[in-house]
Amino acid sequence: MSTTAISVAPCNAASRLATSGQRLRRAARRRRWLANVGAALLSFVLLVWTIAPIFNIVMVSLEGHDDVFGGRIWPADPSLEGYWYLEYFWHQYGNSVCLGVAVTALTLLIGSLTSFSIGRMRIRHGWVVTNAALLTYVIPATFLAIPFYRLAQAYGMMNNLWSVIAALVAFATPYAIFIFQNYGASIPMELDESARIDGASPWQIYTKIYLPLMTPALVAVGTYALLLAWNDYLYQFLLLSSKQSMTVPVALAQFLNSDEAPWNYMMATAVIYSLPPIATYYMFRTKMTGGLTMGGVKG
Amino acid sequence: MPYIAVFFAFVIYPVSYGLWMGSKPSLYVTLMNDPTYWTSIVNTVLYLGIAVNVKMVCALLLSGFFMRPGWWIKALLMIYVLPWAIPSMPAFISIHWFFNGDYGFLNDLLYDLFGINGPAWLDSRWLALGTMITSYIWKWMPFWTVILLAGRMAIPSEIHEAAKIDGATGVRGFIHITFPMLANLYFVCTLLSTIFTVGDFNAAYFVTGGGPAFATYVLATLGIRDAFDLSQPRLGVAAVITALPIVIPLVYLLMRKLKTAQVQL
Repeated sequence: MSTTAISVAPCNAASRLATSGQRLRRAARRRRWLANVGAALLSFVLLVWTIAPIFNIVMVSLEGHDDVFGGRIWPADPSLEGYWYLEYFWHQYGNSVCLGVAVTALTLLIGSLTSFSIGRMRIRHGWVVTNAALLTYVIPATFLAIPFYRLAQAYGMMNNLWSVIAALVAFATPYAIFIFQNYGASIPMELDESARIDGASPWQIYTKIYLPLMTPALVAVGTYALLLAWNDYLYQFLLLSSKQSMTVPVALAQFLNSDEAPWNYMMATAVIYSLPPIATYYMFRTKMTGGLTMGGVKG
Repeated sequence: MPYIAVFFAFVIYPVSYGLWMGSKPSLYVTLMNDPTYWTSIVNTVLYLGIAVNVKMVCALLLSGFFMRPGWWIKALLMIYVLPWAIPSMPAFISIHWFFNGDYGFLNDLLYDLFGINGPAWLDSRWLALGTMITSYIWKWMPFWTVILLAGRMAIPSEIHEAAKIDGATGVRGFIHITFPMLANLYFVCTLLSTIFTVGDFNAAYFVTGGGPAFATYVLATLGIRDAFDLSQPRLGVAAVITALPIVIPLVYLLMRKLKTAQVQL
């Protein structure tokens, strides 16, 4: 192209303009193409990175007991054998569900009541509570585990689901208060005032105005609390040890410690145990990310 | 104010009880003489330093990637967040099996695809530590990516358009526009994540089980081991307390940041 530009002198400038335009366009197209290929490659890597361990869980859960050690990527003959085992499994599953539901409900209740009274009723020194809550949020959970265990022992709360519920609620409420306060700030105070003039009691304001308007935040925090309860292992392991009170993660860990761990059963359990949070997550996905990042970057 | 009651019963009381339990100086002498304690310190520092930062940087870059238009990016995002929704404990024990040197999925795959006999991932200290860090990143990167993604979306698009007209696209746009706007959020996220990771028990405990030969304990798992496997609860508390000099300045920084910058999670 440069040779033509040199040899044909008269239309030199025009042709150079044209070719540079073309070249630019071609470069842009090439760059876009490269970006797309790069994106596709990155997506592929991400996909493998994300899926591989999950694939592993599902595959192992479908294997027969002896196949686990067979060194195959795909189970020889997939079976659901792994899913029908586990003595007490459904009972323990019920425990896990109870735990999750109770933690969620209590967190929502305590969190919304607290933020309502601080944010709406203008209680003096409310900020102390908010800051104290923030401090709790950042205490490493492991630090409290040992004292908690000792206390539960002292008060005969061992093997009692309530002790775990209390511990987890204590960890989830600070976050709840945070979100509720931030979100609640966007609800105009005039609403409360006009309701008060109409003769509404604080309790009525709370149930009829505050809660309905807070629904997105409630959903976000509820999902957070449920995932927290579902993710926790340490407290359940320390505080629940009898077969009757145990939850799924604790039962799973017990398998891990036995000599010949039944990997297919364990993975089957893991699959069933993972389903509720995944379902919850997809159900509330948009609301949750909205809630989690409420305010996002205000600064 | 029911929260105050809960707060006192389940936070103040256990914290002070814990501090009281770990108040005897002789405990720290015992700790210092325990070689596992020193390896745990090194591991904790490496774990925090590498895992948290690699995770956050990747999350920051990936959040930019997920800003791209297109339905398949959205679909990918939905798959990508799966690890976060999977409960950590089953996820980590499955990863433990995934990396098993003899029967694990990874080495089977390496053998089938490339004919390589993979190493026994969990049998050497550094490989096991790397495995632990990788698993941790796998589990928690999606969460922070989503947070940073939301942060990016909150940046008004006019700013990007103005920057584009001024010629700030691609890397320059990121350095001069996107990152300064996200810096606060990124900083707060990193602090929070570091603090959470100090107390993280699951990744360290289930992926490597502290092995080989106690070489991959971190302070959190060491504390629990001392308290329950060796039945010396006070020693366990003392081990965890030694992490506080790292945590407290971070908490202080975080509080100041939150107060001034109004960034919320």
